[in-house]
Amino acid sequence: MTQIKQKVTTRPQLMTKAPITYCPGCHYGIVTRLLAEVLEELGIGGTCIGLVGPSCSASLQWNIYIDWMSAAHGRAPASATGIKRVRPECTVFTVQGDGDLVSIGLGNFMHAMLRGEKLTTIFLNNACFGQTGGQMAPTTLIGMRTTTTPLGRDERKHGYPLHVAELAASMKGVAYSARYSFNSPANYRKARKAIKAAFQKQLDGIGYGFVELLCPCPTNWGMTPLDALKFIEERMIPEYPLGEFKNVDSLDAEVKNG
Amino acid sequence: MLTFYLGVITFIKKDGYRMTETIFIDGNEAICRGSIVAGCRYFFGYPVTPQNEIPEFMARELPKIGGTFLQPEDELAAINMLYGACAAGARAMVSTSGVGISLMQETISHMSTTFTPGVVVDVVRLGPGQGTIQTGQTDYRQATKGGGHGGYRCIVLAPSSPQDCFDYTQLAFHLADKYCMISLILSDFTVARMAETVELRTLELEPLPEKDWALKGTANKGGKNSLIISGHRPMFEIYGLGIPALFKRYTDTYRKVEENEVRYEEYRTEGAELLIVSYGSSARIAKEAADMARDEGLKVGVMRLITLWPFPKLALRELARKAGKVLVVEDSQGQLVEDVECAVLESVPVKFLGVEGRHLDSPSGLIHPERVLEEIRSMS
Repeated sequence: MTQIKQKVTTRPQLMTKAPITYCPGCHYGIVTRLLAEVLEELGIGGTCIGLVGPSCSASLQWNIYIDWMSAAHGRAPASATGIKRVRPECTVFTVQGDGDLVSIGLGNFMHAMLRGEKLTTIFLNNACFGQTGGQMAPTTLIGMRTTTTPLGRDERKHGYPLHVAELAASMKGVAYSARYSFNSPANYRKARKAIKAAFQKQLDGIGYGFVELLCPCPTNWGMTPLDALKFIEERMIPEYPLGEFKNVDSLDAEVKNG
Repeated sequence: MLTFYLGVITFIKKDGYRMTETIFIDGNEAICRGSIVAGCRYFFGYPVTPQNEIPEFMARELPKIGGTFLQPEDELAAINMLYGACAAGARAMVSTSGVGISLMQETISHMSTTFTPGVVVDVVRLGPGQGTIQTGQTDYRQATKGGGHGGYRCIVLAPSSPQDCFDYTQLAFHLADKYCMISLILSDFTVARMAETVELRTLELEPLPEKDWALKGTANKGGKNSLIISGHRPMFEIYGLGIPALFKRYTDTYRKVEENEVRYEEYRTEGAELLIVSYGSSARIAKEAADMARDEGLKVGVMRLITLWPFPKLALRELARKAGKVLVVEDSQGQLVEDVECAVLESVPVKFLGVEGRHLDSPSGLIHPERVLEEIRSMS
């Protein structure tokens, strides 16, 4: 039996003992842990307020011990605005899926970014409506089969996939926008850094911080966890390139530089 | 032409009121001033006629006293900002009208299920859809039965004068916080845009406990976390787990409100042989008609409803039985009349005078007191 000499990592203290209830191969559990780690590292666990919509990620409220509020479908950026205006000293963030953030809630999301709200949004893109059974989302890839596009998404009928991180980067009020995935250890570390940066922009009072995370949904994609990971690498990343799309220290500078 | 029917303004000092300065303002401004007196410092307002004076006043005045006015992109954002601000423990308000109040219903339902207190003002305009931008009382059913899904209740206060607007807004904040419910102020175009003398009195209301459930970070609550979550918070904190327990909380809360918060005004009901039931701007018309009828020797009284929910069912039954006849005057196709019929239990004949009794075909039409008097004569 190996003796433990030095503990290099541990369960984040903010995480509760509640079980993680996501499907096998889902990456929301990784998001949960990273979020707890980042909140702890930034020392804002006691002063942050999280908002979730009606989605799979709503389980976060049982897994991380902070203040949580459930927003109406798509309205988290608006409710977060209300909270932030009342409690500017608190760190306010939303965790939203693609149906929530960019289907029903795109208008509220864009206006919150345009106002330059000091908020952070973690966007979980699994290219479908996960909780309701895998229907088409604005982020569904062309040709991808879902329960409402049984013959595959046809751009002539259903339109084109939405590139949210790029859209966020084009908004003047946004200080940080990036897209990452958990398909490799290197990308895992980059994703962690990006989540931290998106919070830091809020803490520094610069502007809206945004991170898009490509997450597999093996259950609704009808794949094994490994095939789903392969799908992320072969299909999703080519459509949704990873990287930082915006990282500014002042919204004014960004305006001047055009 | 818009005709105003001014009631008698009294300046008698009543118990619980302090005499202060009086000013000449309209109902919309009275709501704003009432909200500021009540401690409202956050307002989210989207333009829609006839409530525009409210966001305009708040945009001008709130920043002067350290408050925040925000014009959101739509009514959905407005009501969800209210949800956030109220969940964070602040006193906040939104106002809207017509189409806007329909857009807000989803989140009103959501706030009701999470027991988040908030104040919503509906300056009613006539009709479904776009309707008109002028007066009407066609939102009664939506306001009192819960316009959204799921079967919840809102406390509904119906002002009939700018003074009422000023007072009821203070009361609305108090009741919302007391019961953790939505208070809906059901004003209408006529009340909103008529100016009268308003006494800027502060209601003396019982102190309320601190909002220890509010979102402010666990560090500010001794390490305890708040979950403002559909259906879950009350289960965990108050009754333990379970859907029956959650629904019991709704029932218990609503029963308490029905027992304690029923409000109405009786006007010349002593010895009345006909009772007019009305609310809001129509109640003023009813009162004037009652005066005219009394001058003719007809014994007519008015019951003006102040809380539309909780509905003054028992008091109405009592008054209706004494009078023996009821006339409902409401500027709609007949909505309040359903509740009145339900309350008097068919023991008393109920007649209805509504929007079809207006004096003009245009949206400026009103039910005139003379028209009400005709109805009274036909019933006497």
